[in-house]
Amino acid sequence: MNLVEVRGVTYRYRSGQGVEDVTFLAAPGELLGIVGPNSAGKSTLLRLLSKVVLPRQGHILIEGRDITSLNRVALAQRVAVVPQAFHVAFPFRVAEVVLMGRYPHATGGNWGHARDREVARAALEAMGILDLATRRMDELSGGEQQLVSIARALAQETRVLLLDEPTAHLDLGHQRVVLEILLRRRQEGQAATILVSHDLNLAAEHCDRLLLLAGGRVRTAGRPEEVITAAHLEPAYGCPVAVERHPVSGRPRVQGILNHRGAHGAASQHSPDVREAGRP
Amino acid sequence: MSGKATLPDVPASRPVALAWLVGVLLVGILLSVMVGSVPVAPREAVRALLAGAGAADDPVVAVVRQIRLPRAILAGIVGACLSLAGLGFQAISRNPLADPSVLGVSSGASFGVLVAMLLGLAGPFANPAVLTLFAFAGALLAAVIVYAVAQVDGRLPITTLLLSGVIIGLFFTACVMLATALLAAAELQSVVFWLMGNLAPASGRTLAVLALVLAIGVAVLSREAGQLNLLALGEEQALQLGVEAERVKRLVFVAASLITGAAISAAGSIGFVGLIVPHAARLLLGPDNRALVPAAGLLGAAFLILADLAARTVVAPAELPVGVITSFCGAPLFIYLLRTRRGGEPL
Repeated sequence: MNLVEVRGVTYRYRSGQGVEDVTFLAAPGELLGIVGPNSAGKSTLLRLLSKVVLPRQGHILIEGRDITSLNRVALAQRVAVVPQAFHVAFPFRVAEVVLMGRYPHATGGNWGHARDREVARAALEAMGILDLATRRMDELSGGEQQLVSIARALAQETRVLLLDEPTAHLDLGHQRVVLEILLRRRQEGQAATILVSHDLNLAAEHCDRLLLLAGGRVRTAGRPEEVITAAHLEPAYGCPVAVERHPVSGRPRVQGILNHRGAHGAASQHSPDVREAGRP
Repeated sequence: MSGKATLPDVPASRPVALAWLVGVLLVGILLSVMVGSVPVAPREAVRALLAGAGAADDPVVAVVRQIRLPRAILAGIVGACLSLAGLGFQAISRNPLADPSVLGVSSGASFGVLVAMLLGLAGPFANPAVLTLFAFAGALLAAVIVYAVAQVDGRLPITTLLLSGVIIGLFFTACVMLATALLAAAELQSVVFWLMGNLAPASGRTLAVLALVLAIGVAVLSREAGQLNLLALGEEQALQLGVEAERVKRLVFVAASLITGAAISAAGSIGFVGLIVPHAARLLLGPDNRALVPAAGLLGAAFLILADLAARTVVAPAELPVGVITSFCGAPLFIYLLRTRRGGEPL
């Protein structure tokens, strides 16, 4: 059974942005990357999957059940979200924030029982930040706060995990911690992880499949080597790109091209300005 | 490390801190019945407080039981109401600067009271519940306008929230002045005194209405306290964790307006209590609302009882409006909080 099933979903904000007729699946043990330019609809998809907004058309199924038939608590037991920006309004301590992830599993609105504390501790340990447990959120660096945010989502113990740019503000060492968590989830084979990222190379390197969004529509979907090609990326991003293979993994690697030299034929058609701006 | 090990216990000190707050409140009540034009020794005060109804002709018992204790109870309930209102507004606007007086909600409540007076519904024989209802309606009206004006793209930036609070507050203050001008001269002095924040002796009926409203406020806030914690992560994250954020916010919004209205109708405009007390409670116990609701209630009661004691004694035999004391404490704190707000949130 697919953990996530999105069928023909359309949602538009008043600004006109949104997503249009999006369809995709995510199976257990899968790490799915959603990539695309700014305002492609990536974050909108995460908001739809977590029922912050409801689709105007189409259906979203989580663990085979329509999202509209799940109440918020039931959905939060199945889907956890790591948001792009994580700001906690009051000086809560790290352990308290991670324990908030236990809310959907608590009975009677009270959480913090022994089992909750074990799960929260395991989540902190997995992120390598158990030593931060009693620190206040406002004392942490942005990167550390991001790790807490992910630990909070892990403590939710859901089979579906959605991450919106989880590594955007992290240094290489912290990025590695996050990626190892994602890869371990994949290895365990029970959960589906959906990663929204601007970092095409990171997504191509680690995801099983990629979904390329642009202008709210799915441009292409498939294995990274099928999606990360100049033919797909150049129209989506409106700029010339060069694709090569990673020397170790053999996965595709992409770079935008500022100068016409080295770009192949298709590139120059998309960027006459770039050519003129190039060095004489 | 063993898998059975649990987290370091952050809130272990909570029951102890709450017990201390109960102690502070009791000491505050005791002090407030001891001090006055006729000083009462501590032992005498305790005896009078615990005396049965039969001791009514004892002059010490009469002073303590019939004059000072009702005043202390009034101060305590009003302090608890204003503190909890501040706590509620702060939780739903995710900002420690929100307070009924800063947000203009108090001015709205004052206006509601004056409308009741103009309609002839106030006075010594009037039903205190009617006055409370009018104050509640005024508070709710002001709060709805302030939040509607402050909202930008579904968010509540603190700058627009404070600005709209100030502006709506000024507007309702003008309405209060207009209503005052329309009142008969005979009522004027008591109105002015009440407006300044005044804990005049209250009737048993007034205290009963206040206690009932406070109980409603405490019940709502206690029930929603855990979900209010999750709102600190942002509304979207709260939704994603299973909290019906809109319902919680609305409920707390109405409850905070209700207890603001009750406090204002009984004691007039007493500023900044809802700012000072939750801040102090957070310093003591951290930001978990499940601990803050009882803590802010107890501390708020103790704070206003002691502020009233100060207001009665610093210029004795004359008396200051208690709002002067609370504002002298609150305004510097507000400035301090505004200037030391932590990064990450644009002003």
